[in-house]
Amino acid sequence: MSDWTSPKFDRSIGLKKRILIAAVVVILMTFAAYAALFVAPTESKMGTIQRIFYLHAPSGMVALLSFFVCFVGNLAYVFTRKPKWDWLGVSAAEVGMAFCTVLIITGPIWAHPVWGIWWTWDARLTLTFVLWLLYTSYLLLRTLVEDPDRRALISAIYGIFAFLDVPLVYGSIRWWRTQHPQPVIMGGAGSGLEPTMRKVFWFWFLNLVILMIFLIRERYALEAMRGEVQSIEREAEAT
Amino acid sequence: MALLSNTAALLGKELRTEFRSRELLTTTVVFILTIVVLFSFTFDPSVSESRRFGPGLLWLAFLFAASLMLQPCFLREQTNDTLGALRLSVSDAFAIFLAKLAANTLFLLFAQVLLLPVFSILYNVPILAAFPQLVLVMFMGSLGLSVTGTALSAISAQARMRELLLPLLLLPLLTPVLIASTEATAALLVPNPIMPWNWLGFLLAFDVVFLTALWLFGEYLLEE
Repeated sequence: MSDWTSPKFDRSIGLKKRILIAAVVVILMTFAAYAALFVAPTESKMGTIQRIFYLHAPSGMVALLSFFVCFVGNLAYVFTRKPKWDWLGVSAAEVGMAFCTVLIITGPIWAHPVWGIWWTWDARLTLTFVLWLLYTSYLLLRTLVEDPDRRALISAIYGIFAFLDVPLVYGSIRWWRTQHPQPVIMGGAGSGLEPTMRKVFWFWFLNLVILMIFLIRERYALEAMRGEVQSIEREAEAT
Repeated sequence: MALLSNTAALLGKELRTEFRSRELLTTTVVFILTIVVLFSFTFDPSVSESRRFGPGLLWLAFLFAASLMLQPCFLREQTNDTLGALRLSVSDAFAIFLAKLAANTLFLLFAQVLLLPVFSILYNVPILAAFPQLVLVMFMGSLGLSVTGTALSAISAQARMRELLLPLLLLPLLTPVLIASTEATAALLVPNPIMPWNWLGFLLAFDVVFLTALWLFGEYLLEE
């Protein structure tokens, strides 16, 4: 078993395999799209627009998962100081941002016909926006520090602070005001999805997790290569 | 115990530096006053409207002021090349953070207590009924601002565009403080104020979480 965190691993896996994995991801996503559009039943009150739910809700869950991966990477970097954890941190943050952006865009598309408004300052919407801002700041901070070790360290600590803030932001807004539907998935008694809808939902979640892992891996390989180039450049400068 | 005595000594240094120049406090107070006055043009400052918007306005002004006031906190040490000496003078780097955040909390609290009566007069919002409670809310809020702000000013001091970066990093992080402090203040500005214990508890939780994070990770920010 080779070490997946080493940049050399990436070359050993080869371009063909990576293209193959990408193809599998694309096929799975096609199946998922088919399932959401044709397999899942039409919701009785909201109609067809409700099908956006299969992209919307799992995107949010996967975005949070990515930010958690980023948090783990940040913590590991602070304690081990191995560049690979920094690479994982930035990769996961960027992928999380992508899913978060999908969440923010699909939300209003769904909300407008159903609630009659594009946006409302409710707990989960506001949390998503604040999350988006926090991780934009994280990525921005990274562009403003030259030295790679310094950049890795201070952005890791900011990342830790940002993730610790998430439950506090959610808690404060939740106390303050809320309009979003109560969690349907894993919610309290009386909530729940129709069985086919539930299957499609979890299929989507699984797919997006696979997509997330794929994207993080690819982004990680890029960052690893970048790190290697930088260290070679520094060596060349030194001699 | 060494931590406490170190912190006390460093706090003394911070306070002395400030009271010799009084630059930071003067600018902060004038800045908050400017925002408070400018806000009066953005809505009709009648008594009922002021009760509704006042607390949020006040805390937004404090947040902006803090994000500017905390700027020189570590930058000053860096430009004067004193960070290394400071780091060597204490056994635990947390003392540096503790002293700085205590000083920042005191400065902010001072500015807030000074400006609260001015706000009360300008916007016709009576504050005397719950003045001690308001000061407690201000203290908890400023502590939250200072704990995160001090940590982030150590971060932003090491980056380019630092003047813009600190507010950018700090303000989204302070969302919970803004909500909790605003709600707590609003609860105290009504005719029959009741102590907003739930929001105070929330502020306490925020302060504890980030104080612990600073204690755990702060020293890495001061590595040379």
